[in-house]
Parts: sequence; C-alpha cells; structure tokens
Amino acid sequence: MKPAPFVHHSPRALDEAVAVLAEVGHDGKVLAGGQSLIPVLNMRLAQPAHLVDINRVAGLDTVTVTDTHVRVGAIVRHAQLEKHDEAYAVLPLLRQALRNVAHPAIRNRGTTVGSIAHADAAGEMPSVAVVTDAVIEAVGPRGRREIAAGEFFEGPLQTVLEADELVEAVRFGRLAPGTRTTFVESARRHGDYALAGLGLAVDVEGAGADAVVRSARASYVSVTDIPVVVDLTDAVAGQPVSSPDWSAVEDLVQAAIAPEADIHASSDYRRALAAELTRRALTSLTTETIESTGGAA
Amino acid sequence: MTDLDQTAPATVDVTLRVNGVEHTRTVEPRRLLSDFLRHDLRLTGTHVGCEHGVCGACTVLVDGDPMRSCLMFAVSAQEHEITTVEGLGTQDSMGPVQQAFVECHGLQCGFCTPGFVTTITAFIAENPDPTIDEAREAVSGNLCRCTGYQNICKAVVRAAEITRERADEDGAR
Ligand SMILES: Cc1cc2nc3c(=O)[nH]c(=O)nc-3n(C[C@H](O)[C@H](O)[C@H](O)COP(=O)(O)OP(=O)(O)OC[C@H]3O[C@@H](n4cnc5c(N)ncnc54)[C@H](O)[C@@H]3O)c2cc1C
Ligand code: FES
Ligand code: FES
Repeated sequence: MKPAPFVHHSPRALDEAVAVLAEVGHDGKVLAGGQSLIPVLNMRLAQPAHLVDINRVAGLDTVTVTDTHVRVGAIVRHAQLEKHDEAYAVLPLLRQALRNVAHPAIRNRGTTVGSIAHADAAGEMPSVAVVTDAVIEAVGPRGRREIAAGEFFEGPLQTVLEADELVEAVRFGRLAPGTRTTFVESARRHGDYALAGLGLAVDVEGAGADAVVRSARASYVSVTDIPVVVDLTDAVAGQPVSSPDWSAVEDLVQAAIAPEADIHASSDYRRALAAELTRRALTSLTTETIESTGGAA
Repeated sequence: MTDLDQTAPATVDVTLRVNGVEHTRTVEPRRLLSDFLRHDLRLTGTHVGCEHGVCGACTVLVDGDPMRSCLMFAVSAQEHEITTVEGLGTQDSMGPVQQAFVECHGLQCGFCTPGFVTTITAFIAENPDPTIDEAREAVSGNLCRCTGYQNICKAVVRAAEITRERADEDGAR
C-alpha cells in the first residue's frame, strides 16, 4: 500500500526543525531513517498530516566519544555507529548489539536514535540505552531537557517525549574499566526481530584462575514491555570464573521478565529462552579474556 | 519561520541521479523511491514485493550502499547517487553478479533477483573473497520463494571470483 498524503518539511537547521515541529507536531511526525515509520505509513496504520524530515538538518550526523560517554546524533545510521572504531573501542556493546539490528540494508538507513525514540520492546538499542544508563537529549519549543533512559520508556512504542519534541542525540554511558559486555539473542533468522535477547555487562575481579564475578547487569529484548535493567548480582556475585554455577540465575531472570505470547513463541518459551541465553552470555563473558576499555565513569 | 507550508504545494519537483543520469519529475512528497523509479522513470528493474522492508526485492544502492527503495521517499533521495539493477550491466554486457547468477542458476522466476544483485554487488565490494557462510549471511535480508537459496549463495562466491578475474584481466592489459 501507499502512504496517505502529507506535507513534507525539510528543515536545514535544528532551530528550524524545532519551530516546524512546534506548529505541526500535534498532527505530524519526525522522519529520521524511516525504517519503522515508513512501513507504518505504507500500511496506513498512521496518517500524519505533516512529516518533519530531519535528514538534512546540519550537525545531527556525528558520533562523539568523551571520557564519560558516546554521544550519537539523531541522524547517525545504525551502520555508521556499528563501524565506528573509536566508539567500539570504548563501548564494545554498541557494535555487539548493532550487529543484531535488522539486516545491513536496514542498518544503512535506520538511525540508532530513531530506534530509541520508536521504543519497540523488540529493539536492541533501547535495551543498550538502559543498561548503559544513557541520557536522551530532547529539544522542543520549551527548550532542552535531558531524560535518563530508565525514565524515557513508558510502554511499547511509548515514551515520555512530547509530540512537539525531538531527540537531538543520545549519550550512551561508558562502563567502568574492565567491564565485559556481550549481546546475545535468538531469532529465527539472523537480523530478524529476536524471540528473546539480552545485553549483558559483567564486572570481574581478580585475574586468571582466581577471578570471580563481582556484579552483572542485563537488559532484555522482546521479553519485557519496556527495556529495564535486571541486576543479576545477587545470583552471580562471587562465582569463580573458572568453574561457575549459574543455577541461581534462572529464577531471578524468570521473575524479572513478563514475555508476551505471539505467533512466534509462547510466553513460557520466551521466558525459558531468556534464562538460557543469560546463562550462555554469562559463560561466554567469564571464559573470554577480552575486556572493554572502560570509561572514566 | 511562521509560514508553515499549511498551503504547501501538493506536488514537488524531485531531481534524482539514477545510474549516472539526472531526472526531474513532479510528484507528491509521498512518492516512494521504488514507485518513482518504476512509475515515473519507467525503470521497472526494481521490483516491489512487500512495501515494508522485509523482502528486499526493491533494494537499490544509495551512494553505493544497499537500501530499501520502498522505505525511502523520492524527495529524500535527492542528494544521493542511486544505482538500480539497470545500472549494473546489460544483457550483452553483464555485471559480475548478473553473470554469476546465470552461471550458477541463481534465479528461477527472477522476481527477487534485482534486490539480490544490488545487495551482492555492495557486499563483494567490501568482501572480495567471501566464504559460503559469509555469502549466506550477506543475502539473509532478501527473500526468494523459488530457488531455495543454495544457488544464490554459490552465485555470491562466483560473483566475487568473476570480479577478481576481471580485475586481473584489466590489470594485465
Ligand atoms: C525489515 C526490518 C527489520 C527490522 N529489524 C529490526 C531489528 O531486528 N531490531 C531493531 O531494533 N530494529 C529493527 N528494525 C527497525 C530499525 O531499527 C529502524 O531503523 C528503527 O527502529 C527506527 O529508526 P529510524 O531512523 O528508521 O526511525 P523512523 O522510522 O524515521 O522513526 C521511527 C519513529 O521514531 C520517531 N523518531 C525518529 N527519530 C526521532 C527523533 N530524533 N526525535 C523524535 N522522534 C523520532 C519517528 O517520529 C517515528 O515515530 C527493522 C526494520 C525493518 C524494516
Ligand atoms: S518491497 Fe521493499 S523490501 Fe519488500
Ligand atoms: S527466483 Fe523467484 S523469487 Fe527468487
């Protein structure tokens, strides 16, 4: 199908985009990569009268790495962030997660910030946002505000963003030095939306055969309504890396998530899958020796 | 910034560079790039299967990178260089990917083929010597209802080979 007619606005500067959105936001939508919005328009699940296309707005296409975070502008494509070596060096979780976001052709156009604004519970980057304590930089007619990722998501496809606000950038927080991360998921085909998945950050103390887990945090994909951080520390703290026992993890994970059933999998299947993926992720992280160079935070 | 195009024209002039040639047409902003190519430019090599990004038949190259033309508006594609399957070779002078599809029987009905050809062209530009597993991964975002994919994966590896052979021939000349 084809989209219903709309007025296309193509601002070149951020203040212009904000001004347009202030006037039409109530009956308009921000258009970033369009990889979620255009399918919705094509299927006529939404018919906004205005689209504020931010692709030409100057200054939104940069990735900046600082001591405390990786700041990603609103028009940075998934593929651009995935290939960003400096961002990978300081926060490997970004690339680890992005490799699971759709297929390359979608990643070439879709934006990381757009996927966070879209707030799909099956999206990888919203879950990375919460587990890295990201900050959402929003701007609107009432000025700028910063929203902690943990307070940004309200429900499936719902955020605290007002209709006349747009996200200028997201700052992903760098993790403590030595934190090990991974992103694992299970999808019917690599690149499809996952049946379940998680981003995991593990802190290990000591080295070699004496190393033990100090703490672990995970955030899940497709098994919670909104991305939330599940602190696994109680179930894993003190486990020796050389011969860990993850049996306490299962109960903790299963209690923390509430998967919906759909045509692809039942709720129980997803619950069991999430627990198993958590165990596998923990094992891979505690047996691997690669460590992320953490930030100053 | 108050004159807010509530009265914006219902149509806009869109100028696109496709396969190296510039075209201007007057269309509605809601014109998808896929429809602009097919209906307005009559470049019907780009196929449309699902119109929500899933099948990959409509994949074109935007500045060399594969993207779904059904998930882009023509008006947004203006600053970019678009390459469609028509730009990747002709029947008499096939591009390496097209040649490989012929040799490996990588197509049956051919509906999905343009999307594969564009996707694989970009893939082998970055991965000149892929393994069969890498080839399978590279085409995982495109659907084919006929072939069962095995021959398409072989065609990816063969296309890379042909590309290298042709480069050697050019170098030797
Ligand atoms: C076939 C297919 C498979 C996919 N698979 C996956 C997957 O496995 N995992 C995954 O995470 N995603 C997947 N996606 C979605 C993809 O990641 C999108 O790129 C992403 O969800 C949205 O980013 P976008 O830039 O395309 O946003 P758009 O589609 O342009 O916008 C999405 C929504 O967010 C709003 N928005 C966008 N940017 C801003 C902003 N800066 N400020 C305020 N609001 C904004 C828009 O108004 C709209 O409501 C898939 C998409 C397709 C078509
Ligand atoms: S028609 Fe564009 S992906 Fe199917
Ligand atoms: S050859 Fe028929 S769909 Fe692929």
